[in-house]
Amino acid sequence: MLESLPSTKPQQPTNHHPFTKQSTTTKVASFELRKNDKYYAWLFLGPSLLLLGVFVFYPMLRTFYLSLFLTNNFGQPTVFVGVQNYLNLLKSAPYLASLRATVTYVVGVAVLTLVLGLLLAAMANQKLRGIGFFRTIFTATMGVSVSVSAIFWLFMFNPTTGVLNQIVMFFGGQPIAWLTKPGWAMVAVIVTSVWMHLGFTFLLFFGALQSVPKSLYDAADVGGASAWYQFWHITLPMISPTMFFVGVVTLISAFKSFGLIDLMTAGGPTDATNLLVYRIYKDAFMNGNYAQASTESIILAVIIAVITLVQFKLLAKRVTY
Amino acid sequence: MGIELQGITKSYGHDTQPVLSAVNAEIQDGELFVIVGPSGCGKSTLLRMIAGIIPISDGILKINGQIMNGVPPKDRNLSMVFQSYALYPFLNVADNVAFGLKARKMAPAEIEQRVTEALTMVNLTEYRDRKPRELSGGQRQRVALARAIASDSKICLMDEPLSNLDAQLRVRMRAEICELQRQLNLTLIYVTHDQTEAMTMADHVMVLNDQHVQQIDTPLAIYNHPANHFVAQFFGTPQINLLSAMTSGTAASAQLVIDDDLEIELDQPLAAGRYTVGIRPNELQLTSVADQAGNATVINVEALGDQTIIEAILDNDVEVRVVAAGQMQVALDQRVTITALGPAFVFGTDDTLIAEQRGAKDARVATVN
Repeated sequence: MLESLPSTKPQQPTNHHPFTKQSTTTKVASFELRKNDKYYAWLFLGPSLLLLGVFVFYPMLRTFYLSLFLTNNFGQPTVFVGVQNYLNLLKSAPYLASLRATVTYVVGVAVLTLVLGLLLAAMANQKLRGIGFFRTIFTATMGVSVSVSAIFWLFMFNPTTGVLNQIVMFFGGQPIAWLTKPGWAMVAVIVTSVWMHLGFTFLLFFGALQSVPKSLYDAADVGGASAWYQFWHITLPMISPTMFFVGVVTLISAFKSFGLIDLMTAGGPTDATNLLVYRIYKDAFMNGNYAQASTESIILAVIIAVITLVQFKLLAKRVTY
Repeated sequence: MGIELQGITKSYGHDTQPVLSAVNAEIQDGELFVIVGPSGCGKSTLLRMIAGIIPISDGILKINGQIMNGVPPKDRNLSMVFQSYALYPFLNVADNVAFGLKARKMAPAEIEQRVTEALTMVNLTEYRDRKPRELSGGQRQRVALARAIASDSKICLMDEPLSNLDAQLRVRMRAEICELQRQLNLTLIYVTHDQTEAMTMADHVMVLNDQHVQQIDTPLAIYNHPANHFVAQFFGTPQINLLSAMTSGTAASAQLVIDDDLEIELDQPLAAGRYTVGIRPNELQLTSVADQAGNATVINVEALGDQTIIEAILDNDVEVRVVAAGQMQVALDQRVTITALGPAFVFGTDDTLIAEQRGAKDARVATVN
């Protein structure tokens, strides 16, 4: 098929220009080379295609395939049901509750992380004595693994011995059942997740703040803008590309929270923190309902794809300058 | 009224050497005052202290008779143009010009009027909706100027505003800035490292070097009576010749022998000792002579068309620069006679000017011995 290409495209205006003839011969030469290149291309692509195929593409297709069937305990398809799994899910109250919990969690984590990260970065951006120490401390959460941070937040949330309740009681409050009351459990996992995301967010915001030219602020000082006005009208627009990036990354990362939930609440109490990813895990590997888990996976993938797309479309205009 | 600097000093930390030491100056209303000096001399620091962007360590700054030391920049009623232009990349030209006015919560109608006026003055009206990145360097510079104009402040500070532009554009913008300054009757303080800008634009020039004011005067007075070595070398291209000289004999004398070769006679006798004599390249005369004659050999010739710059080495190994008007025909290694016409400057051992020899074009004040 490749060989037939030149004949389907009639000869370019060869005879009009003295140099054209030479250029067609080089075209033929490079064309033959490209035929050879094809094998090299496959050779180089091979390893990553193989890995991606085995661990990403095949599971993705298989998941979609399974979501159209009923499955047995070994995860094998038994009866084709079409989109019935999807219809069932979207009518299932527990699933919709999970969806709501996920939205609460994801939005809470993303918003708080952005606001706090920016606040810390703005503070660290001041020229104060010993600020270098705090710049290091603020990034430190990047170096703590999910399991470790979940465990020590568990200690802090402990209703009797935890430091948080001791503080609450010191101020005369009643101890809070952090991880066993539905509302507080959501607060607890959001707080922990924000804490984990904060280091990376801080680092990016701090870098962005540092790269805003000082002369912009000098000019605004002379021009008559207050510090607050400068923050809203210089700093925020200048770092908006970073904010967009951090927002997308945090949102997607929050959607994928698994280890944190597993260690802290295991989706409880009464499914209050049973986020979509955790629900998939439970349905598939604890309840053995592979068809339903597959369906949930596909829906989650679609949700993330749509959000990313919308974010890009909406914000692309506003953040570029 | 104007701006008064009384002993303005800037130092960082306690024990360190000040970066700017006891600057005194008076800047009159409506004048173009140029602060010039090599990089690192503290000229931008001085400007930033006047603007209020950095605090003054010591001394008093008065604007229109009022002490301004602790007053924040926005209340000093001045505008500033930065070397980097400091334009907001996310705002279009009109919004950049309007930025300060909006921050001051001015009425939209007046903002619009001022922006339009300012953009008209710098010929940018058809670019008002463009972003800074869509403009050339010269156009960005004009936006920065328009922003200063729109602020309607009577005092404007400019920090090396032309140093990012190419040579031709720089000459044009120089004239435009001067015109704006006259038109708006601005008190303009202009910082530059370029002595040509200082010479061509200024009403008064402050020469800064080594953290100290070297001289404050009109450009021509500085050129004609440089206070010291540094000023003499900084003004005028090519650089002035600084030659070591001695009084002839052991008693006080008006006769100075330069490098054992040239001799000049002063109006006043000087105490016996060593001095430095400064003679500008265009005050030296060079004539071609036959082989072996003369007192110098040509080592470099730069023909610029309207003038010829010749470097020659005197027989006692001292290099001098000579500028001859027009196109002079001299070859490398050619023997020449160099004679000094007036004027010449005599600097003492502390590098300051202690005597001047006026001289006249037709009289030889110095001759080959």
